[in-house]
Amino acid sequence: MPLAEVRDLYVRFVTREATVYAVNGVGFTVRPGEVLCILGESGSGKSVTLRALMRLLPARRTQIRGSVTVEGQNVLGMPRRALRDLRGGLVAMIFQEPMTALDPVYTVGQQIGETIRRHTGCGREAARRRALELLEMVRIPSAARRLDAYPHELSGGLRQRVMIAMALSCSPRLLLADEPTTALDATVQVQVLILLRRLQRELGMGMIFVTHDLGVAAEIADTVAVMYAGRIVESGPVGQILNAPAHPYTAGLLASTVHGQSRDRDIDAIAGSPPDMRRLPQGCSFAPRCPLRMAECRFAVPEPRFPVRGHMAACHAVAHSSPATQAAVTPTVAGSRATISAR
Amino acid sequence: MTDYSSVIPAKAGIRGDEVPAAALDPRFRGNGGVIKTRSEPFLEEQAAPATKVRGYWESVFHRLRRDPVTLVFAVIVLLIVLAAICAPLIAPFDPYKESIVGRLKPLGWRGHPLGTDELGRDMLSRLIYGGRVSLLMGIVPVLIASLIGGMLGIAGGFIGGRTNTAVMRTMDVFYAFPSVLLAVAIAGAMGGGMANGMLALSLVFIPPMCRVAETATTQIRALDFIEAARASGARTTTIIRYHVLGNVLGPVFIYASSLVSVSILLASGLSFLGLGVRPPVPDWGLMLSTLRQSIYVVPFVCALPGLAIFITSICCNLVSDGLRAAMDVRM
Amino acid sequence: MSSLAYDPRDRGGPQQPMLIARDLRKHFPVKASGGKSVQAVDGVSFSVGKGETLGVVGESGCGKSTLARLMLHLIKPDAGELVFDGDPVGVAPGIPIDALRRQVQIVFQDSYSSLNPRMPVRDSVAFGPFVQGKRKDEARQVARDMLGKVGLDPEIFGPRYPHELSGGQKQRVNIARALATGPRMVILDEPVSALDKSIEAQVLNLLRALKRQLNLTYVFISHDLNVVRYISDRVLVMYLGRIVEFGPIDAIFERPLHPYTRALLASRPSMDPARRIELPPISGDPPNPIEPPSGCRFRTRCPFAEMVCETADPMLGPLQGPQSHVAACHMQEAHSGHSLAASA
Repeated sequence: MPLAEVRDLYVRFVTREATVYAVNGVGFTVRPGEVLCILGESGSGKSVTLRALMRLLPARRTQIRGSVTVEGQNVLGMPRRALRDLRGGLVAMIFQEPMTALDPVYTVGQQIGETIRRHTGCGREAARRRALELLEMVRIPSAARRLDAYPHELSGGLRQRVMIAMALSCSPRLLLADEPTTALDATVQVQVLILLRRLQRELGMGMIFVTHDLGVAAEIADTVAVMYAGRIVESGPVGQILNAPAHPYTAGLLASTVHGQSRDRDIDAIAGSPPDMRRLPQGCSFAPRCPLRMAECRFAVPEPRFPVRGHMAACHAVAHSSPATQAAVTPTVAGSRATISAR
Repeated sequence: MTDYSSVIPAKAGIRGDEVPAAALDPRFRGNGGVIKTRSEPFLEEQAAPATKVRGYWESVFHRLRRDPVTLVFAVIVLLIVLAAICAPLIAPFDPYKESIVGRLKPLGWRGHPLGTDELGRDMLSRLIYGGRVSLLMGIVPVLIASLIGGMLGIAGGFIGGRTNTAVMRTMDVFYAFPSVLLAVAIAGAMGGGMANGMLALSLVFIPPMCRVAETATTQIRALDFIEAARASGARTTTIIRYHVLGNVLGPVFIYASSLVSVSILLASGLSFLGLGVRPPVPDWGLMLSTLRQSIYVVPFVCALPGLAIFITSICCNLVSDGLRAAMDVRM
Repeated sequence: MSSLAYDPRDRGGPQQPMLIARDLRKHFPVKASGGKSVQAVDGVSFSVGKGETLGVVGESGCGKSTLARLMLHLIKPDAGELVFDGDPVGVAPGIPIDALRRQVQIVFQDSYSSLNPRMPVRDSVAFGPFVQGKRKDEARQVARDMLGKVGLDPEIFGPRYPHELSGGQKQRVNIARALATGPRMVILDEPVSALDKSIEAQVLNLLRALKRQLNLTYVFISHDLNVVRYISDRVLVMYLGRIVEFGPIDAIFERPLHPYTRALLASRPSMDPARRIELPPISGDPPNPIEPPSGCRFRTRCPFAEMVCETADPMLGPLQGPQSHVAACHMQEAHSGHSLAASA
């Protein structure tokens, strides 16, 4: 059984002014112990998708359709009480800016202890011992002393580690990470990535990691799902996506990411701007910027194609490799760790 | 200045670069062999002209138009204002004409739809004329306070440092008194009358107005575009005129609109206490004061000036709330 | 570098650096700390040659943004001097600050706060020429030309307000605004950091094209080493308010001298899932710039730190010509007392 499964997810934000079509039919699965990276630029719907997994979207203005299940539990139809147990228990989340996720008036130890006591009902002393263990687990130097520190007394990297410790306090099976390294300095980012990778392996957690950075995805992902304008346009094992992208958007993104290009020529940028999420184009959302644009791209949203087994690209210009793989119904991430180690 | 006209305007920088197809999926070759990616800096022109471009105030009105509640109350306020302006045309009687016989008559008595007061004057006419004074007392002090308080706040906020401290601490002294008490004290010290009442109210409103303007200015001042303006060599006065005023006007306007109802209430209070308009000038607060002995004779008539104050101030308040909602847009 | 067309403002000739900074220092006092201060920029000296792009890299708190503002006198330096094209800045016989600002402009990172939200973008672009003495209609015309030059149709985008533009479009407007006064040098303070990758590439291409067309000199500040490598001719690496390494781009990227530069380079994601970084190149965060470590400021995170690093400030070697490559590290200094020092 997959750890988490999302099918046909649609999310709309409705305001008096306009309707924003944030997520338009997203589906994927995450197995236990797998790291799925949702890669996309701002406004692609990657964070919204992540939040839908915990139902963290403002209920009044959001219309959600589709199904989200975590360990067989239906998240979208769950009563509030069960949702509270799910959040922080089975599923935990870490954010981009730890300062907004940590409460400035409580010490680190109090905050972690509080979370532990709420979910396990253990005593104050036990909770504190567990908090200390967690801080040591995330490699915070002189952890015992930091237990009594307030968030503002810590550096950015330490704060992020504290937030990871808090997320891990109730041994979640699925960790959601929303650009947790974006706000960090380069030398700190790599430390946090290595830490997350190690913890994920040791604890056997599934992880969904949202990022806009191809390099970060290369460092942490098993499988990658590339989002554009609220849809997954390409997905597959990380090596496949980065070394042989099938979708022109992924290829363009890779070409426009500066890494050792020749200084003598321009970067191969993708033309134009991302679409207005209030007025999406009728066919393929990427068509207006696409170098491979064909007539049909304007009218029909491309169906998922599978150039290689386990590698999906939703593009009219991509051919199927064999009819056998066409059986899948939704654009589902079907990569596994086996395919990666085989490379 | 560099002569920009000599610079090639279009073609420069345009180049169709060939991406080695090996870097991509080999099946792309069927699609013309190579992928053309263009990297000219003139891409944005392709962006379709999106929605109609609206200026800030235009977009505020656009949002207001779609807010029926605010619109209804705005119409009521407008009607009250119109009635006050056109008082001589619509008032059925002379508001000063007394009648010994027709004193304290109930609603609907002999052509007086709202009855008469303790000197036999027509209530409807007096209420219509009274609106003139009340609205004037509601708007003029707020205007004066916005101007003076706004200027002080912008100056203090933009210059910052000790100047700002001096301005704001002075304002804090006034803040220490409850506004009603302060208004009564100032009006009392200067003696009654409409002009003094307005002056008293203006003084009461300057400190909060100043604070609103100062807060907004301090926020704006920290933004990069002010620094960019300085970097292009603009002087402080120029920056304030072109970059600060437009951004501070919104919050000041919202706050001022919410003060109008407060001002109407305070002005009525002053008149009620005999510190505002002098009789026989019709004014809602004053009418309330003189009619209060007759509350057991014609209760409904006596309540009318209070009702007028209530309706006007609540409508002003609701319109101000709607304005706030329409103007409070992150841009 | 492209040959410079004759510019009547070019007083010093091609060999005279566009800007020389000597021992710039800026400390910001911290309130309620008992006289402590943030040592944002602490004795920084460098030069920017005409027509070159000088990259400035460093992590948060290294003082790179303060340095940008010091170069324009948007912040007054506590000490040190600036020489623009041979003329000392803000000193009697030299060039006044007003005149400096006609020739040097800045583009900020945050495209949200760098444009006036209540002004159509064409007016924001026209503002610079207007305050520098152009008539309103002339300034408008300059704004139209500049918007066209950065790839925005002035008819479509000119009347729009910043909130009606995407991040990339706003950054284009910012570039147009900076260029509207016809500067010779532009300071780019993290100009692409807030942009998506696909837009970042467009803006980098635009910046390079404009530099060629308008004979500009750039100071390009960024935390992204890949971007700096792509766009710069020389690089200046900063750590806690000081320069730790300075040299030509290829020398720095291929033969980094300072352990911090090496760590920065090694911290870049590999872009290849088969070759992931297994061990962090350095541990910990950059220290608080309020109380920087004594001696070498990097010693608290440096794997080679020894006694001498705690007691003595390493000196940045003397710059000999534009190709010289220097680092402020005791290991690079002969007979510094460090066991790994080159014994020349």
